[in-house]
Amino acid sequence: MNSNNDHSPAPLELVCPAGSLPALKAAIDNGADCVYLGFRDATNARNFAGLNFDEAAITNGIRYAHDRGRKVFVALNTYPQAANPQAWCLAIDRAAQSGVDAVILADPGMMAYAAKRYPELRLHLSVQGSATNYEALNFYHEHFGIVRAVLPRVLSLTQVEQVLEKTPIEIEVFGFGSLCVMVEGRCALSSYVTGEAPNTNGVCSPPKAVRWQETPQGRESRLNGVLIDRYAAGENAGYPTLCKGRFDVGDEENYYAIEEPTSLNTLALLPQLMKMGVRAIKIEGRQRSPAYVAQVTKVWREAIDNCRDNPHRYSAKPVWMTDLDKVAEGQQHTLGAYHRPWK
Amino acid sequence: MKLSLGPLLYYWPRDAVLRFYEAIAKTPVDTVYLGETVCSRRRELRLADWLNVAATLKEAGKEVVLSTQVLIESGSDVTTLHKIAEMSVHGDFMVEANDMGAVHCLEGKVPFVAGPHLNIYNLPTLQWMAALGIKRWVIPMEMGRDDLKLLQAGRPVGLETEVFAYGRMPLAFSARCFTARHYNLPKDDCQFRCIDHADGLQMRTREGEEFLVLNGIQTQSARVYNLLLEIDAMCEIGVDVVRISPQSQHTPEIIDLFHDVMTQKTSADAAMQALTPLMPEQACNGYWYGKPGLELCGDAALQRAAQTQ
Repeated sequence: MNSNNDHSPAPLELVCPAGSLPALKAAIDNGADCVYLGFRDATNARNFAGLNFDEAAITNGIRYAHDRGRKVFVALNTYPQAANPQAWCLAIDRAAQSGVDAVILADPGMMAYAAKRYPELRLHLSVQGSATNYEALNFYHEHFGIVRAVLPRVLSLTQVEQVLEKTPIEIEVFGFGSLCVMVEGRCALSSYVTGEAPNTNGVCSPPKAVRWQETPQGRESRLNGVLIDRYAAGENAGYPTLCKGRFDVGDEENYYAIEEPTSLNTLALLPQLMKMGVRAIKIEGRQRSPAYVAQVTKVWREAIDNCRDNPHRYSAKPVWMTDLDKVAEGQQHTLGAYHRPWK
Repeated sequence: MKLSLGPLLYYWPRDAVLRFYEAIAKTPVDTVYLGETVCSRRRELRLADWLNVAATLKEAGKEVVLSTQVLIESGSDVTTLHKIAEMSVHGDFMVEANDMGAVHCLEGKVPFVAGPHLNIYNLPTLQWMAALGIKRWVIPMEMGRDDLKLLQAGRPVGLETEVFAYGRMPLAFSARCFTARHYNLPKDDCQFRCIDHADGLQMRTREGEEFLVLNGIQTQSARVYNLLLEIDAMCEIGVDVVRISPQSQHTPEIIDLFHDVMTQKTSADAAMQALTPLMPEQACNGYWYGKPGLELCGDAALQRAAQTQ
């Protein structure tokens, strides 16, 4: 139902991560249309030490963005825990009162609260809401007036298009960044091993559970004691996100049984995404540095402008790909689920 | 407290499935959840076959609930969902909704079960969801006893609570099929290799620890979640239904053991000793104690320590 009849491509927003005020400025300065950020607590899915925004930083950040005509979204996308759901409601109050342009939510209870208390506040459905089909999207739209949803990184391009045809909700898709191979909001692997996971604590494979050990077999990374990977001399050791380790299955030993350390990169799909009416491209990486944010935002800004001006002649420039691979996890990239054979 | 059998999470040959449910019909289980929840490519049983199984179980006095697929991606997945929802509205059976799309098709029309993957972690959400017509909710795998107590204290009158209490836990879902990946096959041409692994495909760490189980697009815990010793505790906080998840061997015996403890025919300790050799891997119960899921805590840990001395 996203009409695209006027031959001019639908405007496509570039939504960039801001884990800190310097990252926010880097995103805005390099051409982000919107930035998304979180408070400094468990109410968002990048709850890492030293990351995120306190009161002063958020005021500054919003002013910096709004002065330049850009938008700020606040991610409140973990699930309020039973002992203290009020903390999440207070976070909605803070976000609404600070003048942000939208809040990104996953929990129906929070959506009900926000819709009732702040009817003017724009609500986005977080990827943590696991809405992968139009029935689910329309559920959130009808009950809470959700205007935009971030799709989990599991759908193929055709499936994204099918969803777009049957929902009035704006669709935001992931364009670049670390690749969650599991459906977001439907993965408890991290809490199985460490007691903390994205839904409950806003973390995956948290740093405090990580141990590095030098052993005669090589350098080992462990998560709460569980061996996630072992590196031979000279091999690049990556962060032990538990689904990106090497394991044994059957008689096949030492392979990436779930996923390689790799980044999602959909630059090549930009014309198709624009044509089908995707409303926004999301860049992952609130846990990454301002330099990463600057680099990735710059490339994507150029690509989106280029594609909008010349959709038929667009192709992802090799220099863009090289620049992005430099900052990519595992220094390699994939089209992920958008490209059917990946599955 | 009642006893339920969760949906079959693995892919078994048709005859094996039919034989399995014939045996289940003779067990003291009260409720049986049926249907394919993991992968739409698994078609040893079609919807019509599941309905036949449902009829047999109903005749045996079981409550039958049809579970929907957890990850609904394609147009045909949605079509199947619509069919199931329509049948439920016509009064054929109750449905366990495993994603919000399913909830959307059922809400306000017919009572349904909110499955364990709907992410109901707090009271405002439970209360809001209950108003849509939920008869029963299954707590998230990750939810512990203390959090559950808080929700129980404020749950709407008449709403039943179900706890996943035995089996390898479905922990994650993906667009990618890890079984096909293991065999270097594309998902669209997976040759249905799941059928060769009646209890999933074990994934070990590099030092041989049984870690996870690959079951198509689903990833499970290798360890078996086991709350047999917590039956009294569950009863105390008003849990209504205790769920057992099917495994290829011994499921009827496991149902009997839980039933014996619930009806106080056997002590929990004795039943646990009888249950231990029936588990495909060691037990865990960490989530119930608010710890990492793979840990073993409480009396179960004491019992195992005593056995290994």
